[in-house]
Amino acid sequence: MRLFSRLALTVAACLAAGTVSAAEVNIYSARKDHLLKPVLDAFTQETGIAVNLLSADATQLLERLKSEGKDSPADMFIATDVVHLHAARAADLLQPVTSTVLEQAIPTQYRDPQGYWFGLSARARVIFYAKDRVKPAELSTFEDLVSPKWKGRICVRSSSSTYNQSLLGGIIAALGEVKAEAWAKGITENMARKPQGGDRDQIAAVAAGQCDLAIANTYYFGGMQTSDKQSERDAAAKVGLFFPNQNDRGAPMNVSGAGLTISAKNKTEAMTLLEFMAGAHAQKLFAEANNEFPVLTSAALSPTVAAWGPFKGESINVAVLGENAAHAVRIFDRVGWR
Amino acid sequence: MPAYPHKHNGYKAPLPWLVAVLALAALVALPVLVVTANLLVPSGDVWTHLAATVLGSYIGNSLLLMAGVGTGVAIGGVGTAWLVTMCRFRLSRVLEWALLLPMAMPAYVVAYTYTDLLDYSGPLQSVLRAVFGWSSARDYWFPDIRSLGGAIAVMVMVLYPYVYILARAAFLEQSVCVLEASRTLGRGPWRAFGQVALPLARASIIAGIALALMETLNDFGTVQYFAVDTFTTGIYRTWLGMGQPIAAAQLGAVLMIFVAALIVMERLSRGGAKSHHTTSRYRRLPQIPLTGWRGGLALGFSLLPVLLGFVVPALVLAGWTLQVGLENSFGGDFSRLAGNSLILAVIAGMTAVAVALVLAYAQRLHPRPLIRFAVRIASLGYAVPGSVIAVGILVPLVAADRALAHGIESWTGRSPGLLMTGTIFALVYAYLVRFLAVSTNSIEASLAKVTPSLEAAARTLGCGTVTALRRVHIPMIRGSLLSAALLVFVDVMKELPATLIMRPFNFDTLATRTFTLASDERLADAGAPALAIVLVGLVPVLLLSRAIAKSRPGESE
Amino acid sequence: MNSTTGLVMSNITHHFGRTQVVDDVSLSIAPGELLCLLGPSGCGKTTTLRIAAGLEVPSAGTVVLNGTEVSGPHAQLPPESRHVGFLFQDYALFPHLRVRGNVEFGLAGKPAAERRARAEEMLDQVGMADYAESWPHQLSGGQQQRVALARALAPNPGLMLLDEPFSGLDKRLRDQVRDETLHVLKRNRVSTLMVTHDPEEAMFMADRVAVMRQGRIVQMDQPQTLYNQPADPFVASFFGEVNVFDAAIADGMAQTPLGPFAASLNGAGKAQVLIRPEGISLDPAGGAEGIVLAARLLGRVSLVHLRVEHPTLPAHHLHARLASRALPAEGERIRITVDPSQVFIFPAA
Repeated sequence: MRLFSRLALTVAACLAAGTVSAAEVNIYSARKDHLLKPVLDAFTQETGIAVNLLSADATQLLERLKSEGKDSPADMFIATDVVHLHAARAADLLQPVTSTVLEQAIPTQYRDPQGYWFGLSARARVIFYAKDRVKPAELSTFEDLVSPKWKGRICVRSSSSTYNQSLLGGIIAALGEVKAEAWAKGITENMARKPQGGDRDQIAAVAAGQCDLAIANTYYFGGMQTSDKQSERDAAAKVGLFFPNQNDRGAPMNVSGAGLTISAKNKTEAMTLLEFMAGAHAQKLFAEANNEFPVLTSAALSPTVAAWGPFKGESINVAVLGENAAHAVRIFDRVGWR
Repeated sequence: MPAYPHKHNGYKAPLPWLVAVLALAALVALPVLVVTANLLVPSGDVWTHLAATVLGSYIGNSLLLMAGVGTGVAIGGVGTAWLVTMCRFRLSRVLEWALLLPMAMPAYVVAYTYTDLLDYSGPLQSVLRAVFGWSSARDYWFPDIRSLGGAIAVMVMVLYPYVYILARAAFLEQSVCVLEASRTLGRGPWRAFGQVALPLARASIIAGIALALMETLNDFGTVQYFAVDTFTTGIYRTWLGMGQPIAAAQLGAVLMIFVAALIVMERLSRGGAKSHHTTSRYRRLPQIPLTGWRGGLALGFSLLPVLLGFVVPALVLAGWTLQVGLENSFGGDFSRLAGNSLILAVIAGMTAVAVALVLAYAQRLHPRPLIRFAVRIASLGYAVPGSVIAVGILVPLVAADRALAHGIESWTGRSPGLLMTGTIFALVYAYLVRFLAVSTNSIEASLAKVTPSLEAAARTLGCGTVTALRRVHIPMIRGSLLSAALLVFVDVMKELPATLIMRPFNFDTLATRTFTLASDERLADAGAPALAIVLVGLVPVLLLSRAIAKSRPGESE
Repeated sequence: MNSTTGLVMSNITHHFGRTQVVDDVSLSIAPGELLCLLGPSGCGKTTTLRIAAGLEVPSAGTVVLNGTEVSGPHAQLPPESRHVGFLFQDYALFPHLRVRGNVEFGLAGKPAAERRARAEEMLDQVGMADYAESWPHQLSGGQQQRVALARALAPNPGLMLLDEPFSGLDKRLRDQVRDETLHVLKRNRVSTLMVTHDPEEAMFMADRVAVMRQGRIVQMDQPQTLYNQPADPFVASFFGEVNVFDAAIADGMAQTPLGPFAASLNGAGKAQVLIRPEGISLDPAGGAEGIVLAARLLGRVSLVHLRVEHPTLPAHHLHARLASRALPAEGERIRITVDPSQVFIFPAA
């Protein structure tokens, strides 16, 4: 049938387009395209190595990696949270690598102890407050948020978000599971509304007066401060950023990062890319494009981030957060933090 | 009874048909079976934990959602179908097709637009606050769009056309004589509706509701965006948060069994619908004229779904597109995205129709239980959440790919890697698994209208089964083949989870771009691709409405 | 009969699920012969026809068409390979093809010019040459039937199968189309198997008639033989109304209110006596007497309702069809005589 021969031709053409040229590296990435693209373009320009990118939800990418196993075309896995990086390692999807470049550039706390994955940008999870209703002096630590004075005043997103799982994972590491559960219960009781939306929505809700405090990652606030939308900049102006736990363990930190897959066929190119992403040029792009903290200490902060001032970040290895995530989810389920 | 030893493969042609059907059905059903197989794998204490904590609310929310959506689409779909089919009021001619428009709207897009409009920081509440001088959420009450009620409302808005289409077709097919008979027996027009028309259309209405409920169950985007924990969101959380893929797949399997029960229910109700109309006399429908307040009420009731389900969201999308600027919206790689979406949707539409034609025709040639069962199993994928199916697809696909690679390796000495996984081929396979039911249902229905004696006539005039299909059936049901292809086309344009996980490197579609931008809280930028999905989806919707209007017996010439 | 030409069906049995619809049917049709399968609905006649066409695969039995086994232990030819013509009850014209396209449908594989010429020839034969470019839905029932006939005959089939071909037409049109169809079939000298439930139609069309009942052939013969020598009460009554008497047999005679009739049945016992209304005539010298209950003129004949009395047997209401135009008056006592060739005596069931 003519129809089928035409169809076969189309499919064949598409298959042919899928096969790839010599110097290249294939990435499965959970990072937003528009944040990653500038770095990858710079890499291709500098090295001539082509980059093939597949962006999707981290869980789905992990599932695809699992089923493809050692035959996967992916050389590198990029995630936006240590929970997914740890999950990839735990499922034996990553391979350990050693690189002096990476080890010198990236602080120990932001990479896997065995070299399975490396953090590429860091962010803090902090408290945002309504400038007109809350004085920074009233704030101190995450632990303090369970106090009755915050009843019905806190906005925070769903516990399905790995950012909250990492946050609770860190509290488990610091206080133990029993106290961590009591904390999660206390936060749930103090919520102003059922968890909904993303981090940006929580900050916006504070600005709109729906709640007085929000828990969110730093770069979302930076994004609102520098938004093209007047309404977002106005909202950000009504909200203050507070780094908690400055007198004890420091503000909870998390990373986005990457690791080499066990199936990596372009290992050299992938290592080149990994080292490039930890280098000064890429770190500057990461810092500027998304208002994150570069892992390379010599890299400059974006002006927006620099304006928040210096703070003390938690110093435990972020890998611990990933290890605790599954416990955290069960705690969230038990206390009813949706 | 004496029988020929070769009787069951007596004909030369049917054996290939049988093999083709079983092979195709197995291919399409495989992912569903893979997911179900997880039920047999032990998953430790996860179930105890789930049962003790969140399972109850997942089930409760899912049931409430289904109850709400089911009631809403029944009232909206049947009510509007009756009004525009049997009554005449202002705009009723326009509404006949306009009521189908919301079908072109992906539910997640409607969710985005209404959240943007009605959220606390949205324009409506901001205006209210400015007007009444309220300063915070504690000063006033406003319904929360991100809620179970909001999710029900959004889904009713986009899913009622399933009921509308089927109910309208059923009303159009009803003989006026039956209605007039009931009038002479002392029933007013409204009681005739309740006591005659409605029971006659019951099977169609139930089929429409069942379709809407399946869409409800496999929805993830809307409920997740609206912060409603349903069974489907539970699957994701168990999988992702707890790292328990087996327990997640088990939840998926439970959901599938539930859906299978829905399908059986729909099938049973369809079986009863074989009550052919006892009279073949069709005259013009009565078309009760409604004027004054009655006309206004009818207009309001029928216009509301169109406004809420299509006009308002479309305006919001258009607003976003203009806000970002036409240059930014449709420049850049927009044409590449649109091209990708179109290619995928066209290939998937044609493949789904071809496969469905083989299945439906073989079932017609050989109405054996085995074939019927195979066709039903092959349709199950429609109701399974896309990402659950995607994982189910990956397993057999990679296995087949490995076998292929090993084969080539032993032959050429070099492994080519995975040839099908991560290509358009894999995506089309995924769409086939997901949407085959859409094309099969529509083709089965139209094949049923080709009377068996036409087939027999072709056979006695020297056509084999394949030639008869080509020379008689396909030309006769060309219209339905087209509309089946278009329905799949639209579904593929909107499809999200399977596309996200199965697509090749450096490959984006309008739907994936819409989702990426929206989930990155860049709703305005998502306006243009979302609008494009809607506009492309309008084409089949309008064609469909023409086909329905022409479906009335005796109305064609 | 030469078994290498025409149609031979032997010991055909067919089941739908557990229901046996055809039970050991055997029949043969000579070249050019027209055989009618006659019977009430549900007697299995249409299934037998479909088995001949290959549209059903029989549970057992063989079908031999022009010397080739087309259905049986050694072969099972699909309908498209049998070279038969089938005329359907609903005509089954392809709605997506014009009249010409319908007639040419079975000629696929022949050169276009030849197809066209043959189609025109056939349309001409059935008087539809002017309608070649029409669409089926533009035609009346009779016209559709003619096109369907032309379509079935165009490929020059070895066997024509007609399934109640006139039942969709009204009475007057039916007579006309029936006549034309018979002539077209005979002119083309094609063996034909036709199914009908109308005995008058069967007698009009058929060279031979096979009467079927509950899946079996009860009697198969020339129409006049069936009419004059029915094999059982079912056949006798199927060809028209009969007066039925339960009678005792004494001395080889069945005793009825109309007098005794010679019964070839052995010994004594109960018998069923069937007398056709047209076998009864007015005869002043007749041996029986009846009272006229009602008399109606039905055109060429008149129908008289009679009450017949007998000294020893119970009185009996019977119908007589009289050729005479003069109607007896109600209440009149008349004498009647019975034509013995219209009397059929069977053992009581």
